[in-house]
Amino acid sequence: MSDIESPRKVTLVDRLLGRIPPGGAQLTELLENKTDEGIQEMAPRSRTSARELELESGSVLRLPEGVELNRADIDIETPEEESMILNLGPSHPSTHGVLRVMVEIDGETVLRSKPVIGYLHTGMEKTAEELMYHQGSTNVTRMDYLAPFFNELAFCLSVEKLLDIEIPPRATWIRMLMCEFNRISSHFLWLATNSADLGALNMLVYGWREREMVLAFFEKVTGLRMNHNYFRPGGVAADLPDGWHDDALALCQAIPRRMDEYDDLLTGQPILQKRLQGVGPLDAETAIGLGVTGPLLRSTGVAWDLRRDEPYLAYDDVDFDVIVGTSGDCWDRYAIRFNEIRESVRIIEQIVDMVPPGDFRTQDKKITPPPRNRIDESMEALIHHFKLYTEGFRVPTGEAYVPIESPRGESGCYIVSDGTSRPYRMHMRAASFANLQAMAPLAKGALLADTIAIVSTIDPVLGDVDR
Amino acid sequence: MNAVNAAVEPVEPVEPAEPVVPVAVPDVPEAGTLHGCPFGESLGAAVVHCNRDQYLDLCSALEADGYALPVGVTGVDYLTHPGRDLPEGILAERFEVVVELLSLADHKRVRVRCQVPGDDPRLPTLFGVWPGTEAHERETYDMFGIEFQGHPDPSRILMPEEWEGHPLRKDYDTGHVPVQFKEAPH
Repeated sequence: MSDIESPRKVTLVDRLLGRIPPGGAQLTELLENKTDEGIQEMAPRSRTSARELELESGSVLRLPEGVELNRADIDIETPEEESMILNLGPSHPSTHGVLRVMVEIDGETVLRSKPVIGYLHTGMEKTAEELMYHQGSTNVTRMDYLAPFFNELAFCLSVEKLLDIEIPPRATWIRMLMCEFNRISSHFLWLATNSADLGALNMLVYGWREREMVLAFFEKVTGLRMNHNYFRPGGVAADLPDGWHDDALALCQAIPRRMDEYDDLLTGQPILQKRLQGVGPLDAETAIGLGVTGPLLRSTGVAWDLRRDEPYLAYDDVDFDVIVGTSGDCWDRYAIRFNEIRESVRIIEQIVDMVPPGDFRTQDKKITPPPRNRIDESMEALIHHFKLYTEGFRVPTGEAYVPIESPRGESGCYIVSDGTSRPYRMHMRAASFANLQAMAPLAKGALLADTIAIVSTIDPVLGDVDR
Repeated sequence: MNAVNAAVEPVEPVEPAEPVVPVAVPDVPEAGTLHGCPFGESLGAAVVHCNRDQYLDLCSALEADGYALPVGVTGVDYLTHPGRDLPEGILAERFEVVVELLSLADHKRVRVRCQVPGDDPRLPTLFGVWPGTEAHERETYDMFGIEFQGHPDPSRILMPEEWEGHPLRKDYDTGHVPVQFKEAPH
C-alpha cells in the first residue's frame, strides 16, 4: 500500500458513507483491479445505479395483488426437469440427532425425501441377549434417551408379565409419577428444539431450563439426570426421598404458570403460526396405515391414548383428558404436545395425593435382592445377594409384548424367554422408528424450510430410532 | 320433573339392540382357528400361528377384520431354543416372523407368528397390506437376513450397506475383549 499517496487512512466511517478521501480514487481503482472477479469490497452507496436500487428493493419484481406469477415471464432460465439431491444431516442442527434426510428438490419444493438412519445403531437388542433380566433396564434406558423411564417401564412390565408377578401398589404409583414427569421433560425439550428450529431462539433456553427443573427432581430420586435404571423388574430401585412430596408439588405449581407465559410467547406469535399452520397435514387413514402413534396420530383426530384405551399401571384411577387435533398439521402437533404438559401436571397432582405407603419392590425373594444393610449382618442374605447378582433370576419360557404410551407414541417391549436368566430375544417397538415413516409422505410437495418443521414436529429421538 | 320422568320412562326399557357382531365373543379363545390358522393365547395376548404359505392371506384377512394399525414386524431366531410350544399343524422352523397388529375400533390386538425356514428365509412383503410395515421389514431383513419379496426397498436400514452377516442371528457371534488378569504392578 506504500505506493499510494494517501493523506490519511480510509476509515470505516468513510466506507460506510461512501466517502472517498483525497487520493482515494487510486485506492478504489486498485481494489477493483485486485482480483479477476473485479472489486471485492462493497462499492460506495453513491455508485449504485438506479436499476440496481430497484432490483435491491424488489420494486422491479413486485407484482400487483391478484396477479399470479408466471414462471415463463421471468427471463431466468429454469429448466422444468432440473432437480437436485440434497442431504440434510446426518449432522444438522435441526435433525435432532444424527438423522440424515435425503431430499430431491426442485427449487425450494421437496419432490421426494427419504430418511436415512442407523448412525446411532449400537446393537442394544443384541446386547440385551447378553444381559440378565435385572441388568436389562440399564441397557434399555439408553434407547429413547429423552424418555428413559418409558423404556424401563416397557421392559419391566414385559418381564413382570412373563414372571406373572404383581408389583406393590406403591411401586406402581411411583412409576406413574416418574413417567408423567418424564413426559413433561420430554415435551419441554421438544418445545425448546422445535421453537429453535423455527427461529424462536429464546424458547430454546426456556425449554431447556424447565426440563432441567424436572431433571433435578429425577436426580434427587434416582441419583441421575438421565439413564436412570430406576425401574427394575419387581418394582423400583429405591423409595422416594424425603421431601419428594413438596418438590413434586412445587413443580406442579411452577410449570402451569410457565406454560401460560409460553402460551403468550409462542401461540399467538404470527411467525410461528405461519410456520406451522397448514404445514405437513396428515390424515387419519394414512397415519394408521403407516403405524403412526402418539401425538402424531392424535393430531389427525384419532383419540388413541394407551393410558386411557389400554390402561396399564393405575391410569384407571386418575382423571385426565386425551388431547386430540383436527387437521393433523404441524400446528395441531404443537398444540397437542403443549397441552399434554398441562395434562401431565394434572395427573401428577392426583398421583401425589394417592401414592400409598408400603413396599416399593416386590417381597418375592427370587427377584428382589436383600437390602444392603442386611448383607452386613446375615450370611444367608450375602449368599442370596451373591446368587442373584451372579446368576440372575430365571424367567419362565414364553413370550410377551407389553405396550405403553411414551411421549412419542406406542413403545413396547417384546421378550422371548427360554427359561434362563437372560432374554432369548428382546425387541423394542420404538415409537420414533415407526413415526419416522410418516416423514416422506408429509414432506412431499412441501417447501424445504417446512421440511424442518415437519421433522421437528414428528419429534424423532434417534437413540430410539436406531437402538 | 316428575312429569318429565314419566314421559321418558316408557322409552327407557327399550334396550340397545344387540350388535350384529356380538361383543361377547371371547377375545382369547382357548384354542381354535382364525382364517384357517391355529389360534391361541400367550399370557393373555391373542396369537395366530401360520406357515409361510398362509402368511399373506392371513394378514390380508386380518386387515379386512379391522386390524388397521401395524404395530410392528420383527423376527426371532430359534436356532438355540428349538423346543418351543407350537400348535398342531405348525412345524417349528428356525426363524419366526412376529407381526403385532392393533384394531383401534375394537381395542384388540393380535400377534401373528409365522414360521420361516432357516435354509430359505423368504416371505412375501406386507407392504401392500399395511405401508407401515416397510421400515420394520427392512429392519428384520437387516438383523435376520429374512428377505421380504416384493418389498419396495429391500436394503439394510440400520447396519452399513456393505456389512456382512445379520447381527441378531444366533450364530452371529459378538466380539469379545478378553479379560486379562495380570500380576499386580510392583
